[in-house]
Amino acid sequence: MKLFLKVWKQEGPEDEGHFESHVLDGVSEDSSFLEMLDQLNEQLLEEGKEPIAFDHDCREGICGTCSLNINGYAHGPENSTTTCQLHMRKFEDGDSITVEPFRAKAFPVVKDLVVNRSAFDKIIQAGGFITVRTGSAPDGNALPVPKEDADLAMDAAQCIGCGACVASCKNASAMLFTSAKAGHLNMLPQGQAEKDSRVLNMVAAMDEAGFGNCRNYGECSAACPKDISLDYIAKLNRDYAKAKIKKVFS
Amino acid sequence: MILDSKIPEGPLADKWENHRFSSKLVNPANKRKFKIIVVGSGLAGGSAAATLGELGYNVDCFCYQDTPRRAHSIAAQGGINGAKNYQNDGDSIHRLFYDTIKGGDFRSREANVHRLAQNSVNIIDQCVAQGVPFAREYGGLLANRSFGGAQVSRTFYARGQTGQQLLLGAYSALSRQIATGQVKMHVRQEMLDLIVVDGHAKGIITRNLATGEMKVWTADAVLLCTGGYGNVYYLSTNAIGCNVTANFRAYRRGAGFANPCFTQIHPTCIPVAGDHQSKLTLMSESLRNDGRVWVPKNAEDAGKAPSEIPEDARDYYLERKYPSFGNLAPRDISSRSAKEACDEGRGVGPGGRGVYLDFEDSINRLGENVISERYGNLFEMYERITGENAYQRPMRIYPAIHYTMGGLWVDYNLMSTIPGCFVLGEANFSDHGANRLGASALMQGLSDGYFVLPYTIGNYLTTISPGGIDPEGAAALETLESVKERVGQMVSAKGKRSSRSYHKELGNIMWEYAGMARNEKGLNKAIGEIQDLRDDFNKNLLVTGHGEELNMELERSGRVRDFLDFGELLCRDALTRNESCGGHFREEYQTADGEATRNDEDFSHAAVWEYKGDGETPARHEEDLEFENVKLAVRSYK
Repeated sequence: MKLFLKVWKQEGPEDEGHFESHVLDGVSEDSSFLEMLDQLNEQLLEEGKEPIAFDHDCREGICGTCSLNINGYAHGPENSTTTCQLHMRKFEDGDSITVEPFRAKAFPVVKDLVVNRSAFDKIIQAGGFITVRTGSAPDGNALPVPKEDADLAMDAAQCIGCGACVASCKNASAMLFTSAKAGHLNMLPQGQAEKDSRVLNMVAAMDEAGFGNCRNYGECSAACPKDISLDYIAKLNRDYAKAKIKKVFS
Repeated sequence: MILDSKIPEGPLADKWENHRFSSKLVNPANKRKFKIIVVGSGLAGGSAAATLGELGYNVDCFCYQDTPRRAHSIAAQGGINGAKNYQNDGDSIHRLFYDTIKGGDFRSREANVHRLAQNSVNIIDQCVAQGVPFAREYGGLLANRSFGGAQVSRTFYARGQTGQQLLLGAYSALSRQIATGQVKMHVRQEMLDLIVVDGHAKGIITRNLATGEMKVWTADAVLLCTGGYGNVYYLSTNAIGCNVTANFRAYRRGAGFANPCFTQIHPTCIPVAGDHQSKLTLMSESLRNDGRVWVPKNAEDAGKAPSEIPEDARDYYLERKYPSFGNLAPRDISSRSAKEACDEGRGVGPGGRGVYLDFEDSINRLGENVISERYGNLFEMYERITGENAYQRPMRIYPAIHYTMGGLWVDYNLMSTIPGCFVLGEANFSDHGANRLGASALMQGLSDGYFVLPYTIGNYLTTISPGGIDPEGAAALETLESVKERVGQMVSAKGKRSSRSYHKELGNIMWEYAGMARNEKGLNKAIGEIQDLRDDFNKNLLVTGHGEELNMELERSGRVRDFLDFGELLCRDALTRNESCGGHFREEYQTADGEATRNDEDFSHAAVWEYKGDGETPARHEEDLEFENVKLAVRSYK
């Protein structure tokens, strides 16, 4: 395949950044999108130019390191797929492809296509855990969890923390991420003790990190490579309201 | 090099209990005076950093990823073993111990493995309490599945994403400690050297991958939780960033490296599709519970579509050769059988390097919805990568490098031959012998981090006084300068070849001569070729840009440089181990029907390599393995 690529280039956080055009020939349709970028980088090296920096690691769709806006879509146009799992057979020979970093105020660009998503860690540090010291756990079967609840918790816990939800939201809201993380724990009996404080603290951390507000556009769920449902946002809103009211009357 | 394993006295089942009691305690007021560096934030590093933080130590944790939640433990799919016997099928701590020793082909320490089996039950409890959403039965209790190398169901799982869920559990515990300030997290930082003063580990040098800044970090102890070295083969199931640099730098500073030739080839990976390939993707071994492995009986049928090959023309070779374990034969045996079938020209798919994993019988028996519930995400992943629907035609699989049993040598306290330098998880050599059983890596990482190191580190800390060394002192600055020089050389070589091209070439050499089957001639050839490649690398490497910025070419170059040295060490180890055991198969040592021949007389030991300087042959030491509780037997799965 021959491809015409328009790729974002930005020296560092302070640089304004611009697009650069490249032509890449001889791309195998069996290669992944990132392998196509590897090939482009090898070509740039041969030409004595600096390769394009992009984030990636496991390349099997689970670590959440890869990002990229491809033709305007977070992780590209294929549904339920991370960039590393997007394969070139989904494109046509001769296609023009635009590649940009995830864009959000809370995700500043580090270089080229690499962004800083540490705001997500701040949200987890605010309450995305169950307080249990190592060694203080009861027997694993001491507390039965209905299968339906465990399955729903797992649906939420699948979130890979890639940030596609933020990048695809016009408000750059982190509600899908936060609601999945809080929802996973709030749905389990183990998570009940800290449920209220968890919700209040995680939402506060989310607001503080500079993410926008949720207006229920639903782009986040459509872009999510793990198909996290909007139901979790509804659940977070409900849990938040309850926690807030309890706080007012306590 | 002194290899004192410090295995406690007493009967096997009491050793760990005795050791915990006799281990030195650090009193709570003193814990906060000690500073501990943890390198790596996977299951071993994340759980250790969180637990040490809870105990009151001051912890600095480092990872090369942009957040601790992305360490490669996250990619483990199938599950984690726990000797809970919830299924009432005859499991016990002793059985898990025995299966692991036998699975490791009798090349691991009895005491360590027994401790691992004991801790396995606590790990499940801990993870459940953290909110890890393990699979459940309708009554709400935990579900189990079976796994290769075992005849009981003791594997706990969270769909096909068990590693992810366990890592997120450890990450949540770690995040709690980061929030309290007890653990300071340093992301996008790569450890490039270990600072050793008077023989003790006292800190590390890191390069900030976002800015290029190199820095000295000092501490009273250093924990290396830095994973395996599978990427020495270029193509493996490891994440692209996984590397041997931290471990190899420790080796160069005096840590013994044990059994580097014990590498695991996982039987169920998606076959290589072409030259563009940057990594291989694992299909969980749990698929072998419901999938049947076959190739055509006749080489002439290999090019046909699977549906055109009738039942009686198929060779279900695992069921045929190993009737009692069948498709659940251990990884090394399954991998080698696949290679044999392909070597006979019966392989399927591109290049004839693949075998079928067929779900048709299971789908007919259980229904597509049940198979989809069990493995849905794996089938989707397979379709994304290959463009084929595995509900309709059998998967094509082929073995790939997956895990490395070898690693830095550690004693029972998990301390390397450098006092103060501890090694946890896949990075050490201790628990899996020559072959790891499925669902045991997660168990080991968490056992080391949650339940072993936090107890045993006291035995070292109580022998030193807290405070570490001066970060501006001569030892620290000397180490820093040597790292700067090394990095500077790579930037200034200004040659013609990219680090990736060297890595690919190294990988080809390793896979060809030190892969699934090895022999003396090939290994000698590999060592020569690696040396030539390394010489060329030093002269002809091309790195663009400079060191004081985010420079991914430079990052890769440093890792490849260490792989070039390490690959040679691995080959040397394979060359001197004149036997076939577990993942190490030497063609010279096999029975008439192709089974591995172990040599307990001469090789019932861990081979530990000591660095002797650049260009010098490293010294080989031995730690004899004593088996008092199991009888060394031919490992039969027939």
